[in-house]
Amino acid sequence: MILTIMVGTPARCWEGFYKEVIMKKSLFLSVAAIVGLTAGVAAAGTLDDTIARGHVKCGVSTGSPGFSGVDDSGKNVGFDVDYCRALAAAIFNDPMAVKFTPLSSSVRFTALASGEVDILARNTTWTYSRDTDLKQTFLGVTYYDGQGFMAKTSLGVSSTLELDGATICIQVGTTTELNLADYFKANGMSYEPLPTSDNAESKQQYLAGACDAYTTDASALHGTRINMENPSDHIVLPEIVSKEPLGPLVRHGDDEWADVGRWVLNALVIAEEKGITSANIDSFSDTKDAEIHRLLGTGDDDMMAMMGMPKDGMYNAIKHVGNYGEIFERNLGASSGINIERGVNNSWTNGGILYSPPFR
Amino acid sequence: MSNISFVREKEIPQSPPPITESNAIRWVRQNLFSGWLNSLLTILSVYFIYVCLRDFIPWAYGGIWTANSIRECLDINPDVACFSVIGARWRQLLFGFYPTEEYWRPILTFVLLFISIAPVLIPRFARFFWFSLIYPGIAVWLLWGGSIWPVFSIYLAISLTGLVFFLAKNKFKLSSGFSFTAAILFFFLYFIFIAGPFIALFKYILPINLVLIESLQFGGFLLSMIVGFSGIAASFPIGILLALGRQSDLPLVKMICVGFIEFIRGVPLITLLFVASVLLNYFLPPGTSFDIIIRVIIMVTIFSAAYMAEVIRGGLAALPVGQHEASAALGLSYWQSQRLIIMPQALKISIPGIVNTFIGLFKDTTLVSIISLLDPVGLASLIRADQKWNGIYWELYVAIGLMFFICCFGMSQYSQYLERKLKTDNS
Repeated sequence: MILTIMVGTPARCWEGFYKEVIMKKSLFLSVAAIVGLTAGVAAAGTLDDTIARGHVKCGVSTGSPGFSGVDDSGKNVGFDVDYCRALAAAIFNDPMAVKFTPLSSSVRFTALASGEVDILARNTTWTYSRDTDLKQTFLGVTYYDGQGFMAKTSLGVSSTLELDGATICIQVGTTTELNLADYFKANGMSYEPLPTSDNAESKQQYLAGACDAYTTDASALHGTRINMENPSDHIVLPEIVSKEPLGPLVRHGDDEWADVGRWVLNALVIAEEKGITSANIDSFSDTKDAEIHRLLGTGDDDMMAMMGMPKDGMYNAIKHVGNYGEIFERNLGASSGINIERGVNNSWTNGGILYSPPFR
Repeated sequence: MSNISFVREKEIPQSPPPITESNAIRWVRQNLFSGWLNSLLTILSVYFIYVCLRDFIPWAYGGIWTANSIRECLDINPDVACFSVIGARWRQLLFGFYPTEEYWRPILTFVLLFISIAPVLIPRFARFFWFSLIYPGIAVWLLWGGSIWPVFSIYLAISLTGLVFFLAKNKFKLSSGFSFTAAILFFFLYFIFIAGPFIALFKYILPINLVLIESLQFGGFLLSMIVGFSGIAASFPIGILLALGRQSDLPLVKMICVGFIEFIRGVPLITLLFVASVLLNYFLPPGTSFDIIIRVIIMVTIFSAAYMAEVIRGGLAALPVGQHEASAALGLSYWQSQRLIIMPQALKISIPGIVNTFIGLFKDTTLVSIISLLDPVGLASLIRADQKWNGIYWELYVAIGLMFFICCFGMSQYSQYLERKLKTDNS
């Protein structure tokens, strides 16, 4: 008797379950069909989509001092952020027409590939494999970074070459680890590595005296040093032992969109070269330099029409955000508190290596 | 009589116990210094606590709250905490980038949360259970904003579908299966033909709108709460069904449930989160944006549902088989016996395990920082990206830890209260 009930009840349940599954499945299929229908629309170029949408979808880092972060009021600030703002200003005449998506290093490339963001300005190093194998297009270099070393002043060294035999804190599993090994081997020196998991741990170990020096990207070393208890107790050594050219990137396959991003960056560099700043930009309306007229759209030629952009696009970008030098100074230079020297990140006319093709 | 040399005629007044036997000292003697081993352990423990707190108390108590940057803090006193960062960023830690003038919405949602869980947890309020059912819709509308009518129309669809089923079965005396099919058919027809015009019409007649908030603006503790509590609320019923399915005699149901539970339990949560954030973008057609918070909630829910199922299965296994037989003997159907006999007992036994899973789930929400959602831990690194606060570690983590502790400790205390309340001393 009991047995019949215990078998019979589940049998009735099974009936319900069967219907449920059939129903659930059809629900799932119809949802999938609706999703599929709505998705077929996005086929136009990224620039057209962006203009139709009304804002730029820009991927930034989840926190990198000077490059991207938020201020106390919740506003996105930083070197990479300002590049995206310049792009938005060039397209919309509104530097705020950007939607910033913070992306960790593990999801950044898929977010770009899947269209979650349209441009990635996330202090990403331009490398061969990222350009080719990951199918991305780098638009240029916004910042030439490189791996540097920090040591205590009391150690009495003034050059990385004097670090023979030193204990060095190093983040495991990064390219910096490999660069360090290469550099010391090439110079015939030995060192004792002290592995750490991230920059924060490196710093704590270094401050606790567990290592003589610690190494990571030079831009990060400067930012960390300034906020130490006594910055003058520490020195960032002048040698840069690796090439880390950081720049914005887009997906393969939309060259028009890549052109827009590339030439906004070039315009910012040209503006600094020509001495055009956000403050004095209106005084160039009667200049004899034809390239400035072409750049700012103040002449007869509408150069920007070639990209399908407003004639005064670059004017707006520089007016709202400033030229390359202003962006650098605001986010990485003395007024940012990070105090990084311009060094190679200076116009070729001032002894740096920033050199834009002509705007012609 | 005269042999008696002394007769006490009055009672001696009570004298206090010897000093060594008075309350505090006796307690200390009995509990802390009852033998040489215990004395030694007591002294070592006290020293250990002292060492732990010696540096922490002055560091935290003397903390600076008024500086504008870590540099100012260091210049004032480098040896104490720089809590100024909490003062400058507490809004972001609590609400992410939710617009300041809309803070009343998450706060109201939070208050309503307690009202909505009261009927579930406190028998006295059980008749307000309808509010628990409509709360999810209200919460979604309050938090994300937009028009109220899409949310309303979903509720309307569910209630009308129920009505159709009820009418078909009881009024027109159709079989359950047919009524069910009719109800489902109605449900789809509603969304294809009625929902659109209905929403458009009411948007026009009675526009009740809140400012639309994008998921990107959610962050901080608000995000942990949304993910945590949605996951907890959804994983519990799913967990019960999975547990029952695993004990089912029907091979297919059992296989599906076992397969689901074992697969999900065998995969780390972070893998599921990566699937949600990265892989789904590849599977879905390009250009579709399936809200990232909802993706994460789904993954967190199925993850903890698998654990919940095993916890509840433990409770089911602890019940004597006589309970099943007795309920069957009473003529109760499968669901009736589950509802009236089995589940109340099994769930009571499983309370510690269930709350354990809930607390674990709530803390696991911090993993979303790895897929770029700005929960408190993710915000901590974003805050450090501002040069003003670059170099602040302990203060932020102490504050975040404290917030999580308050929530988890609250849940734990509540579960203990529930256990005492439901204690029947017969098992």
